[in-house]
Amino acid sequence: MASFDVMPDIQLYQPVELDDALSLAERYGDGGWVLGGGQDTYGWLKDRAKNPQAMIDLSGIDSLRGIRTTDDGIEIGATTTLREIIRDERINRDFSLLAQAAGRVASPQIRNVGTLGGNLSQDTRCWYYRRGLACYRAGGNLCYADGPESMNREHAVLGASRCVAVSPSDTATAMVALEAMMVVASASGVRSIAAEDFFVGPATHITQMTALEPGEILTAVRIPSKWAGQRFYFEKVADRDVWDFALVSIAVAMRLEGDSIAESRFVCGGVACTPHRLKNVESAARGNSLSEASADAIAPLASAGAIPLNYNHFKLPLMENLVRRAMRG
Amino acid sequence: MALDDLAEQLFVRPKGFALANYIGSDFTPPDVRGKVTGAAKFAEDIRVDGLVYARMLTSPMPHARVRSIDLTEALAMEGVVGVLTAEDVPAAAPPRAAILTNEPVFVGDPILAIAAIDDTIATNALQKIKIDFEPLPFCVDPLEALGKEGAAARTEGNIYAPAGFGDDSSGPEEFRWTKDQLDGFLGGEPPEGDTPVQWSFGDIDEGFRQASFVLEQNFVTAGYAHHSMEPRSSMAYWQNGRCYLHGPSQSQSAMLPGLAGMIGIPVADLVYINENCGGGFGSRSTPYPMLVLPAFFSRKINRPVALHLSRAEEFYLGKARSGFQGHVKMGFRDNGRICAMDLFLVQDIGCQTGFPSAASAAEATSLVYQPETMRFRAIPVMTNTTPKGAQRGPGQNQIAAAIEPLLDQAAINLELDRLQIRKTNAPDNDSFHGPSQQPITSAYIKEALDKGAARFNWAEKVQRSRQRRGSKVTGIGVGQAYHSAGRRGYDGLIRIAPDGKIHLHSGVGNLGTYSYASTTRPAADLLRCDWENCVVHYGKSTENLPWSSAQNGSNTSFTHSRANYVAALDVVEKIKSIAAEKLGGSADDYGIADERVFSKRQSAKSLSYAEVAQAAIELGGRFDGSVVPDEIHDVTKLAVANLRGTGLIGVAKDTLAMRGAVPALAVGFVEIELDLETGKYDIIEYLGVADCGTVVHPKGLAAQVRGGAVWGFGMAGLERHVYDRQTGIPANVGFYQCKPATYMDLPDTIGWDAVDLPDRDNPVGVKGIGEPVMGCAASAVLCAISDALGGHVFNRTPVTPDMIINHVAGRPQSTDAMSTNTF
Repeated sequence: MASFDVMPDIQLYQPVELDDALSLAERYGDGGWVLGGGQDTYGWLKDRAKNPQAMIDLSGIDSLRGIRTTDDGIEIGATTTLREIIRDERINRDFSLLAQAAGRVASPQIRNVGTLGGNLSQDTRCWYYRRGLACYRAGGNLCYADGPESMNREHAVLGASRCVAVSPSDTATAMVALEAMMVVASASGVRSIAAEDFFVGPATHITQMTALEPGEILTAVRIPSKWAGQRFYFEKVADRDVWDFALVSIAVAMRLEGDSIAESRFVCGGVACTPHRLKNVESAARGNSLSEASADAIAPLASAGAIPLNYNHFKLPLMENLVRRAMRG
Repeated sequence: MALDDLAEQLFVRPKGFALANYIGSDFTPPDVRGKVTGAAKFAEDIRVDGLVYARMLTSPMPHARVRSIDLTEALAMEGVVGVLTAEDVPAAAPPRAAILTNEPVFVGDPILAIAAIDDTIATNALQKIKIDFEPLPFCVDPLEALGKEGAAARTEGNIYAPAGFGDDSSGPEEFRWTKDQLDGFLGGEPPEGDTPVQWSFGDIDEGFRQASFVLEQNFVTAGYAHHSMEPRSSMAYWQNGRCYLHGPSQSQSAMLPGLAGMIGIPVADLVYINENCGGGFGSRSTPYPMLVLPAFFSRKINRPVALHLSRAEEFYLGKARSGFQGHVKMGFRDNGRICAMDLFLVQDIGCQTGFPSAASAAEATSLVYQPETMRFRAIPVMTNTTPKGAQRGPGQNQIAAAIEPLLDQAAINLELDRLQIRKTNAPDNDSFHGPSQQPITSAYIKEALDKGAARFNWAEKVQRSRQRRGSKVTGIGVGQAYHSAGRRGYDGLIRIAPDGKIHLHSGVGNLGTYSYASTTRPAADLLRCDWENCVVHYGKSTENLPWSSAQNGSNTSFTHSRANYVAALDVVEKIKSIAAEKLGGSADDYGIADERVFSKRQSAKSLSYAEVAQAAIELGGRFDGSVVPDEIHDVTKLAVANLRGTGLIGVAKDTLAMRGAVPALAVGFVEIELDLETGKYDIIEYLGVADCGTVVHPKGLAAQVRGGAVWGFGMAGLERHVYDRQTGIPANVGFYQCKPATYMDLPDTIGWDAVDLPDRDNPVGVKGIGEPVMGCAASAVLCAISDALGGHVFNRTPVTPDMIINHVAGRPQSTDAMSTNTF
């Protein structure tokens, strides 16, 4: 199997202005590889499983880095590191859900160099796909993870369409819960995409995890003040407490009026190709208080519609349990 | 004074001749500074003029035949220097490991290597090679391969069951169970089919008749990788007919005959350099094919060749622990005494010879539990998976993980204390073990249990068993494990130079345990010398190193403290003889202290060690290495020949008495908090207690107990091989996929302690310990999980969060009861 672990000869661009980066992204299109912290780059390239013509390194562009206050919340530059997010006072005060999610990404070493943009844009960790097999996501005509003998403990129970890979991003669930907007730039302009629409499933685009098109760069994420200071719950269940991707995670934002839940967003990670909103849970939670009784009543809704594969039906009770824990108060 | 007389005198440690300075004290091993500063060189760091870089093309299929290879484009590339194929290296008789092959038997099996002036060109060239494969049938589950319809991993057969370890005459065989036999076992029935491996002692049927409680269960233990941080890259070049080989291995001198044999040269023509080894854990204690590939390549293209392996390649081909699919039936008397033990194991030996882990498991079972009667049966089945080898307690630790929770279950059924049932069955110095019930040198596991229970506050903690706080429940566990930990018959070599320096030559490999140095300290003690005046030689055959055992099987501390001890005895005897020669009287008239030899009657009559060394050169003969004992190994003779005439040479073979196996024993105590809603558990507290004889190096022991515990936690809850049954490709070819435990998965502190009672057959009381400190931790955690869940629930390792979630939710498990290499 391909395990060369040697970088290929490749063009490396290190622009210091965003316009130059966008110009390069436009010029190279599919052949350009946008580089943030590099944590989901070098493995692909060194094993020659992805073969772009050029790397466009964003780390020298100051405008893409940092956490800024906006008229309606905050804006986080795409190359802001996860460590910077975890330690930011405003984020911890107003959007602690994001700080908690970022704090569970991989390991301290990876969080020190890994960027928000990279964490949100990373490719799926389906082990068949990562091994270089010609599956649907790699442009082939088979899903190795969805056969009668497939090893698919970590795969999807919801939203599958030929491909059963899951979204691996811990911060993605938080962004969907917080109704963040993704700022996407290209040589032809800037567009904003709701986080919920930024992540795309296989039915939409089977070789992409996000709505980013060739030539586009995720430059920032804007989090509106709507959920600032509200009640949050984040939990990630993984085999190990560091390094591993979520078996199932949950990010919850709730607005309480008195003891009642007036509005909420429940988002699960590790269960579908995109962060998965539990809309029936959100509906059922409205008007309920946080209590053991409401937790028990609402939790079973979490796994509604889930279709487990050979080895992952545990994700159904786990989703329910995580909703139960979020609802306990 | 005769050597044996002196040994006898020192064994009883008469007053005034105690060994107390260096045994049991910490020191800074010579390799530590380099590892801390980064100055330490590993094989991949070595550069020589004209070096070229080789990369391997490995099989993408689990079993195939190479029909043709098209190298045209690759060899035409600028910078490509040459290619090495299976035709260029000796063929290996199946199922032995081939250096390169045209019939790969696992994904990652090396087919050819290509060399270029740098790594990038070599890698680019690999991508230009076209190979036409004929796919062949393959299997990744031993039980499937055992059935009539199952594919054999090798074209020659489906099992490999040699007459004994090291038997080179055997090959693969066809060995099948009927469909009924296999279906019965897969369905949870006791095994009924024949087995090629079996032994027994006592009347097991009578044993079960006498039992008041019988417990039996089928079980699965997973195989998984070794996680050596240093991929097995190596480098070789030839100079004046000699082969200079740099590579990582756990062992040093023990490698020489095997490596030289593989290359096809005399030992004297091999220079093997292995100063630092980035982890081995059993996977590189003996010569392996990748290590000699550069030697063949270098000879072919007449250039120094560095073979670089990627991290993933280390996981693909770098050996792994064997998994078991087994059955155990145990009969207990009312007091918990085991009166019958019936153990059956199907061992996944991978696609090569594997390691006799099943036999090791049976030996461990017979020793740790001392069953009154026992039967052992096994089938070593080949699969098209990563080659299997020894890994830290190979067999002993898997069986500890399988049986210890059953011991708890028996204690519950018999209403006995969990500690007491272990002590009731525990071995002591008068115990025997194995099929022929051989004696042992010492066993203090009861003392370890008592010491650990007191320090862990077992009596108090066990009151917290199954206490619930919200979704969390407490589990308390204790586990035990064993490994044989000592050998005899190896050589020690010491030189006192005319400048007074004491040179301690250690043939022990530097596998990261410091034992290459710590085992020389008994010699420094015996020579009454300042450790700062000693020079430890290790890591290169050019350092003139004596014949050593391989650094595996937890044996080094016992084996080489003895070897250095007898060499030091030889030095002491020669020092005294030289004093008698120079100063008059007989050797018995002299004593040693402060690096001087002196007359016991007239202490002013004395010589310094420097003067003694100079005298040794003048006297020649046996004193300066010109004459050596016949019984020492040829490797040692080569080393002494190089040192001859440079000082006083002490050299001896360890022929001290040894009554039987040397049991390294360990116990672990653990408290966990298990979350019933997430399937996760936190290890709140862990304590490991070692029966390693006298503690020789406290910090080294602490590292072993703690490191072993981390490994044990991985075995209990995290690590396993997973193979895709459609393609035969492994899912685990990196650290994150293999899931060794990390800092965040550990308790804040891991406690350690030792019984510190001397072994009876080691002159300084030392035994090894490296392996059982893992098995006791794994089994303690598994017992704690069972405790938290109110009984022994799972019949497999590892116990992962999904299994716990499914159990709590009342859902079936995803994995078939007896499947392996699966989630």
